[in-house]
Formats: sequence, C-alpha cells, structure tokens
Amino acid sequence: MIFAADSAFWQAFTQQTIDGLAFGALIALIALGYTMVYGIVELINFAHGDLFMLGCFLSLTILAAFGLGGLGFDATVKDPSPVYVAVVLLTCLLVAMPFCGALNFAVDWVVYKPLRTAPKLAPLVSAIGVSFIFMNVGLFWGGAQDVNFPNLIPDTNLMSADSGIRFTYKDAMVFGVTVPLMIALTLFVQYSRLGKAMRATAQNPTAAKLMGIDTNKVIGLTFAIGGALAGAGSVVYALKVNTISYTMGFQNGLYAFTAAVLGGIGRIPGAVLGGLIIGLVRYYGSAYVGETWAGALIFGILILILVFRPTGLLGSTTREKV
Amino acid sequence: MPFRITLPLILLVLFVAAGVAGLALSDNAQSKGKPDVIKIVSSLPRSGSARGQTDSIVQGLKLALHEVNYQITLGDRTYKLEYQDLDDATAAAGNWTIEQEIANANQARSDPDVMVYVGTYNSGAAKVSMPILNKANILMISPANTAPALTKPNTGDKHEPQCYRPTGKVNFCRVVPADDVQGAVAAQWANEIGAKQVYILDDNEVYGKGIADLFHRTCKEKFGIKVLGQESIDSKQQEFKPLLQKVKDAKPDLVYFGGTTQTKAGQIFKDMISVGLTCPMMGPDGTFETAMIESAGKESFEKAPFYATFGGLPIEELKDGRGPTFIKNFTALYGKPPTEAYAAYGYECGLVALDALKRAGKKDRDAVRLAGLATENFVGTIGKWSFDANGDTDSKVMSGNTVKDGKFVFDRKLELKTSARNSP
Repeated sequence: MIFAADSAFWQAFTQQTIDGLAFGALIALIALGYTMVYGIVELINFAHGDLFMLGCFLSLTILAAFGLGGLGFDATVKDPSPVYVAVVLLTCLLVAMPFCGALNFAVDWVVYKPLRTAPKLAPLVSAIGVSFIFMNVGLFWGGAQDVNFPNLIPDTNLMSADSGIRFTYKDAMVFGVTVPLMIALTLFVQYSRLGKAMRATAQNPTAAKLMGIDTNKVIGLTFAIGGALAGAGSVVYALKVNTISYTMGFQNGLYAFTAAVLGGIGRIPGAVLGGLIIGLVRYYGSAYVGETWAGALIFGILILILVFRPTGLLGSTTREKV
Repeated sequence: MPFRITLPLILLVLFVAAGVAGLALSDNAQSKGKPDVIKIVSSLPRSGSARGQTDSIVQGLKLALHEVNYQITLGDRTYKLEYQDLDDATAAAGNWTIEQEIANANQARSDPDVMVYVGTYNSGAAKVSMPILNKANILMISPANTAPALTKPNTGDKHEPQCYRPTGKVNFCRVVPADDVQGAVAAQWANEIGAKQVYILDDNEVYGKGIADLFHRTCKEKFGIKVLGQESIDSKQQEFKPLLQKVKDAKPDLVYFGGTTQTKAGQIFKDMISVGLTCPMMGPDGTFETAMIESAGKESFEKAPFYATFGGLPIEELKDGRGPTFIKNFTALYGKPPTEAYAAYGYECGLVALDALKRAGKKDRDAVRLAGLATENFVGTIGKWSFDANGDTDSKVMSGNTVKDGKFVFDRKLELKTSARNSP
C-alpha cells in the first residue's frame, strides 16, 4: 500500500519530518533550560515553561509598542517594510533574552538559593509555586483567551512548487535561530572559563568551592543562561505558531522536560536530541496514528526508553553533568 | 457532662425545626392566591455578564404582555396578568447560582397563581429547576437553553432527560433550536456551497463532538457528501500543524470543526492556512464570537473563508410571520428597535404562554401545560413552527454567518425542513 502511493506518501512524510524537526528544535531550546539547571543543582525547574510564556507576552508587548498590533492594540504601521520588521524582531530577541535570563536569575536568588541545603523536595515544590505565580502574571498580562501573535514572517515557500514540499521562511527562521544558539552554548560550556566552572560545580559543588569557584554565582549564571534560551525560544515560537496564551507554558514545558529526560537529563546534546525526537514523534504520531494519541505516544516512548536506558539516551552512569 | 449540653441542643433543634415546618404549613394553607390573577414569572440571570441579553429577553416578554394590556379572558372570566422578573444570579457570583434557581422554582411552585415559568437562560440552571417545576406541573418555556440533553434522549447521560421529568410528564419546552440541530444545518450549508468532500474535526467534548457527529451523519446520509475523515483534537495542545497537514493531503472542499473558540478553533483555522489549505472552515455557534476573530487574527480571514452557524436570526432578518409586527411594536414601546436576537425569543415565549393559556381555557396548571406543549403551527417571529413530543421547536431556522473586515456578518438564512409531529 505504501508502495502504491509512494510519491504522495513520501511527500507527506518528508513534509511532516521537516515540520516535526522545526517543532522539535523549539522544544530543544526550552529543554536546554531544564537540563542545565538540573545538571547543576539537581532541581527540576517547573517554572521554566511559564518563564517561556512570559517571554512570549513580552515580545507581543514590544510588537504593540512598535505599532505592529497585539494585546488589543491595532496595528498602526500598515504594511511594514521587511527591514522594519527585522529591526523590531531583533529588538524582541535582544529584550526577551535578557528579560527571561534576569527573571530566572532573580527567581534562583530569591526562591531557590535559600533552599540550596534544604531537602530536594522543598525547592521542587517552590518551583511549582513559582510556575503558578508566572501563570497568573501571564493571565493578568494577556487575559484568559488565546492571544493572536501577528504573522510577521511570511509563509512563503522556499522550495519549488512542483517539489510538493513546503519549507517556509518561518522554518528557516526557526533553524536559523536555534541551531547557532545550541552550537554557541555547547562551545561556551566546553571551552569558556565560566563553562568550565559550571561543569566543575555540576560534578562536585563542594570540591568546586574548595578550588575557589563561587558556586552560587555559577549557579545563578546557569539560571540566567537557561532563561535567556527560553527567551529566544519564546520569540521564535510566537513567530512560528502565532498564538500565545497564559497556559502555553504548561504543555510546552512538559514536552521540553520530557525531552530533557529522554536525552539524559543534565546532558546538553541529550536535550537537543530529545527535543528533536519529541518533535518528530508528535508530528508522525498525529499523521499516522491519530491526533489524540500523539501525546500518549510521546510519553509511551519516554517510558520505554527509561525502562531500557534509565539514564536517558545520551546519559551515562558516570555522567558528566552540563 | 456532654449529656447536659447535648439534650438542650437537641431540644432546641427540634423546636426550631417544628417552628419552621409549622410556618411552612401555615404558609401553604394561607396561600390560596388571588382568584382573578394569573402570574407569569421568568427566572433569568439579571445580574452579571448575561445582563444585556436577559434585558432583551425581558423586554420582549413584556412586549407580548403589553400587547394584550396585561389581561386575558378565559371562558367567561377575565384575569389580570401579573409578571414577575426573578433573578437566578447573584451580584456576588456574577452568574446564575444553583441556590437562587432553586429558590425561584420553589417560589413559583408555592404560588398557586403562577401558571407559566419562563426560563432559564443557562442550560445548567434548567437542570436544577426542571424537576421542581415538573412536580408542580408548571409549564416552563425557555428562551435560550440549547443543551440537547434537556429534552432529547440519547444525547447526554443515559438518565437524561427522564431525570428532569420525575412525574414522567413533559413540562419543559423551548423556542430555540437545540445545539444538535446545528450539525444538520451546517451540513446543508456545506451542500449549498457545493462541498463534495469534507474533513471533520472535533474537540472531543459533549457539545463539540455531538455537533460534529451530527454533521458527519447528515453529510453522509442526507446530502451524499463524502466524509474524508473525522478526528478529535486534544485542546490542550498548542498547535495542530501535523493534523492539518494530513487534512490538507486528503484534499477536502471544506473543514468542519465541532468545538468552540476556547477549544482552539482559532488555532486550527490559523494552522490550516499556514499549511497552505485555503478551503472554507465551518464551525458551530461556539465559534460565533469576536474572540474567534481575535484569536485567529483578522488577517487570517482574508486568506480563507470562515463560516459559523447560529441558532437564530439577526433582528433585521425577521421578515416572516410576526417578525415585522414585533419590530414595529417593540420600537413603539421602547423607543428604539431591538438590538439583541434574544429579544425575539423573549417575545416568542410570551406569545406561546398567552396562546397556551387561551387554549387551556381555564386557570389550571395541568391544562396550561398540556396546551403549551400542544402548540402547533404557531406563527411566531421566525415563521410557523410546532413543538414536538419532547417540547422542542421543530423550527430549524438558523443563520449562517461569515467574517468580513474583521467582523461577523450575516450571510444567509439556513432552514432545515423536517416533518412536524405533535403529541404532548
């Protein structure tokens, strides 16, 4: 049957693969925040998905301020030139990244740092609390309904029409932002001084402290970097999906957290791999199994992998965290 | 020691209980009512967010009573018509409350002059008062309840609608078409615009899936429209691109979504466009709201048409039956024409109540109930209709709406013809 409809089948399959990878790249960007924080303080920062949500609302507010519409304001700039749009979007990125980074840093400073020596459950429950606080801020910011995010990146296909495959500017933007960020992060953690300090703190905080590393500062900066990645993710996500809502952090955060666990929590390449797998499973699942089963499928695969490889795909027993 | 405290307490409770019971009894014994008065009450959320719509309903209802000068002659007696506007909402809740609706139903039940209960606005409230009024044999006419399970078997829980009719008799009727009619009407619209194959999505909830299933069935059985597939979504998901990609590959002429704006109708429309599918999308009245346009973004509606069905006609389309008279008299009484479609339903309820009283010919709850449910070939504001055995109107007049310039506009009148049947 597959052979009978081969060309149409492969076309659809390639399309779902491209879209799934683009979605997965976004999830991976959020997953990096989970995995880095877990790697260094062994805390699952449940508020991370909601931080990402706040980044989306900030971006929308910036768009509204620049007259591109959003949050109840009508677009005052009619048919904005691509240069204007590019400048505004770059501003979004340059504001949302430090904003989310600083917010995450502040949360660590205020909420998690005093609990550093407390039982593991205490910061975990606090993280859930922070998540709820963020959600309510989002509710206040954007209202209870789904909010439209202006469609600023055209859906124009970059492939030829007869190939039957769609690869749009949006997809190009997703890969264009996420891939360099991931490469930069890997290089940073691997080669920079701070990166080395982060890895040292992850391996053994006490020993790192003895070597003269200010572990609290290092942990704080890890939160900031993870937050900044979520900020970048929020801009790209909002531009691609075009709908944001105060509840969006939950589902996307859950996917990202799953991606981090799937790839081996604490491992940066693992989070990327996990994100891409989840993107593909979500898209193939919807296309070939059924939309309602896509969610179950993702968690089914997670369970299978954890049963046979408890440390995750790239996790090793003597793992080197972050 | 505890004994000494407990005994007086029990005695006190018994005493209070006896007092309350005595009061209730004496109240019952005394309230014989006024012999020359017939009361019509309405129970609607008069405070809170539905205030605008219920104002219209009450205005329409009062207009019907005003037209007969608040008087009715049954046999050789002339009765004065009294109208009581009860609120089933509280300002604190901002919405209808169970307690308030129960209180209203009990008030109507214990007042022997009350012959007709107009209400409710919310289907949930109807579920509360229906059994109380059923036991009291009071005719209940709703201007706004659309949940199918209130009247139709096999549309909800297996005990519905019998659980609302403890006496086994039907006392509830509604002048609005129920939600499930929308699915069938939508299928007719799809047929009218020449759709040959459709893809159906639903939100997996009672309302949305119910309508989508009916759309599915009507398409297949009545119009021979090919259904390429029906799939439920998980409305917690944030985007549905893979699903819409699959829908696109099936090459439909129309996508139907049984669901509401809250269950992601806007996102589905957006994803449909972003995967490059530009056929029309259609949805039920849960998508007929400005929130739909806001969440999907105004510019999306320029790329593909969006259609929404709605159970009722906009005021300016009331051209049949008593529609024009209604608009004329309404304008004369209130100084301006009605704005909300609900005004016509309020008026319709009043007309049905008066007609039922007239045909009953006496001030007797059971006679009025039977007469009300036997309403047949009634000429109302949207044309001629009858109640069926369940108390549902057989009028299947709905409006088809589309989006133009970022606003919903009336597109066409949709009317589904079915055979009228009547036996209360």
